[in-house]
Amino acid sequence: MKRRDFVKKSLVAGIAAGAVFSAGSYANIVSSRKSLSEKKTYDMVAIKGGEPDEMFERAIKSLGGIKNFVKPNQKVLIKPNIGWDVVPEKAANTNPKLVYKIIKMCKDAGAKDVFVFDHTCDAWKKSYENSGIEKAVKDAGGKIVQGNTESYYQEVEIKNGKRLKKDKVHELVLDSDVFINVPILKDHSSARLTMGMKNLMGTNWDRGFWHRNDLHQCIADYSTFCKPTLNVIDAYKVMHQNGPRGVSLSDLTLMKSMIISTDIVAADTAAAKLLGLTPEDVPYIKIASEMNLGKTDLQKLSIDRIIL
Amino acid sequence: MKYEHLKKIRVVISLIVITLVTLSFVDFSGYSAENISGKVLFLQFIPSFLQFLTIGGIISSGFIIVIIFTLLIGRVYCSSVCPLGILQDVFTWFATRTKKKKRRYKSEKPHNKLRYSILIISVILFFTGSILGLSLLDPYSNYGRIAANIFYPIVIFTNNVVSYIFELFGNYSVYPLELRKVKIAVSLFSLTVLGIVFYMSFKYGRLFCNTVCPVGSFLGFLSKFSLFKIQIDEENCRSCGACEKVCKANCIDSETKEVDFSRCVSCFNCFQVCPTDGLKYTYKFSFHRKKGNETDNSKREFFKNSTLFFVALTSISKASEKIKVYVENKIKPDRHFPIAPPGAGSIEQFNDRCTACHLCVSACPTQVLQPSFLEYGLSGMLQPRMNNKKGFCNFECNVCSEVCPNGAIMPITLEKKKVTQIGIAKFIHDNCVVVTEGTDCGACSEHCPTKAVKMVPEGKLRIPKVTGNICIGCGACEYACPTIPNKAIYVDGNPVHKKALLPKSDSEEQKVNIKEDFPF
Repeated sequence: MKRRDFVKKSLVAGIAAGAVFSAGSYANIVSSRKSLSEKKTYDMVAIKGGEPDEMFERAIKSLGGIKNFVKPNQKVLIKPNIGWDVVPEKAANTNPKLVYKIIKMCKDAGAKDVFVFDHTCDAWKKSYENSGIEKAVKDAGGKIVQGNTESYYQEVEIKNGKRLKKDKVHELVLDSDVFINVPILKDHSSARLTMGMKNLMGTNWDRGFWHRNDLHQCIADYSTFCKPTLNVIDAYKVMHQNGPRGVSLSDLTLMKSMIISTDIVAADTAAAKLLGLTPEDVPYIKIASEMNLGKTDLQKLSIDRIIL
Repeated sequence: MKYEHLKKIRVVISLIVITLVTLSFVDFSGYSAENISGKVLFLQFIPSFLQFLTIGGIISSGFIIVIIFTLLIGRVYCSSVCPLGILQDVFTWFATRTKKKKRRYKSEKPHNKLRYSILIISVILFFTGSILGLSLLDPYSNYGRIAANIFYPIVIFTNNVVSYIFELFGNYSVYPLELRKVKIAVSLFSLTVLGIVFYMSFKYGRLFCNTVCPVGSFLGFLSKFSLFKIQIDEENCRSCGACEKVCKANCIDSETKEVDFSRCVSCFNCFQVCPTDGLKYTYKFSFHRKKGNETDNSKREFFKNSTLFFVALTSISKASEKIKVYVENKIKPDRHFPIAPPGAGSIEQFNDRCTACHLCVSACPTQVLQPSFLEYGLSGMLQPRMNNKKGFCNFECNVCSEVCPNGAIMPITLEKKKVTQIGIAKFIHDNCVVVTEGTDCGACSEHCPTKAVKMVPEGKLRIPKVTGNICIGCGACEYACPTIPNKAIYVDGNPVHKKALLPKSDSEEQKVNIKEDFPF
């Protein structure tokens, strides 16, 4: 926001493009963006048996309702997984119905703008279109933003990172008041499983660096910096093998489930258990837990378990 | 003044054509390439002819229509269909605006030897196995390269400046675009061509079309036999020279009252300026022969020389054949062949049909299709190839095969494309992060659409393993591989494209008991 104001002023003063901005001042903004929840009732909601949109509507009630997270006139960022040029039936991207519902509820809660983007793996335009998410966003009154151009990414320092010391992050992550992370649970050939923390990788620019420098450690390191207000893990249709892109429908299991929590490590732990895996099997969860980024001992959390 | 309206019609049609052709190349949304290019490129002579040789049928009959039109009324192709011709007219128009003195042309002698030599060289080269002459000289392809390698970057740059300003005010509706498909050598080449064309048209009108362009020469030859020709009316003409001064093809001699219709590009400027109805567009089957022995001798000479050319050229194209597909590469991945896009069939067939217009390069959504320089050898210079460093072939996409006007990339259904193996992935174990760093990676397998690259256990970690027969060579693995400077996995092109097996698949989704309690 500082940069924006600065450049706006420069423009007025007649100093046009070509300005060089400094980064680093963002670290505080994002790390200080804490959950706004005042009347917290549960640490986590696990729900199953319904359609994605109805499950979210029901689950968010147990966390005090959407108004607990989104205040009028706030700028909201929603980050689904839109990584692949794959149709919704094949569940490689977050369910568009869920994305629609979340945006709609944010707008109803008075959000000024609801932005949606992902740094896609396949061609972004085709991924946005064929995932059904671009349409869902537009229908719900949100704004779809491109995530595949470096100029949108600003360099930041990751103070508590072990391998990842600095990174280029999409400016919407830095500028938004509320950040709702909406991954889909999938098998993953690189990270074993993808869900909450892994989904945040799509808000950073240089994925190759992470892959070269101990992927699991980098995923955990990034979570020391990038802290979503809320995590909604879509486990409606789950790719249990051949992830993250999937080859055929036999890679999918219809689980009709969803995990919602402000604790990203706990949410990932619970989601992994849906597929019978523990934090030991998914190294980045274990590392994140050791770095005190969240809880893996679900017994110690208050969980609202709902079966519709 | 009864033919006066002809010029207006010509100007309107040609402006529409050049706008649509240019849009096909610079519209980065891909809409124009997919929806307009097919229609507007139907009449482009060389692409249509090449497509006819490969695919045939009505969709590639455009060049026949051009021939018929030329035999009826002359080279309207050159004035209203050819984008490079229209571009020259634009330059010429500028020349008349910018010069202080009104621009005047004068009747000039034709450079017959030169122009027919170039035509014959290109044709012979083509039939002896090298498309180089056609791809370097075809006016449409040259315009395409100019549009794709010069105009396109300008459009992207402008877009990005606009999007940057929007972004400052929190508006993300105009998004910036990346430009990965620009190759300096190719841009310089296109810029040089643009420079030459600009200079020639600025100074000499349509000299390029009547000297260098093989299509112009061919249609020029045909137009000697046109049913209707522009001629000077002996009675009405006062030899005032008005028409000669505006004839950018330098083909009207007002003194001798002769029109060399083989060089006339049907711009119809002459009709508009003639004060006395001294020009007519009438039926004239026989064509004028110049009297005297002079021309006959030169023709004989010409045919003698062209036989020599033929012998010389056959050997040139043979020599270039040897280096056509084999690319020596000093970087670690041991590549043997460049990768031609799906639909090309084989590298050889592709090399024989592509004139490097770069429409596919413009249309490719992942920018994996890039102009080559010498990767295909001299003969395939500038033809596009798959460059997996810049992108990878999107699994659900066959746009290049849909837009190719030449039939070099033949139409291919998505279903068929998904089992067309254009190359094969090769894994370099000792380059892999899992081996060198001892940490998990799997970026290659992650991107693989058929799971031909799969992660298998190696110690505590998992390492990629390639199943060759289901690999389609899309290059996603290579693009995603994070190792530097050399990749740990790369695709080597198939000289002849093969059919890949379908990955094992079932259409049944798995189900679990939803009423069961949560596992935590």
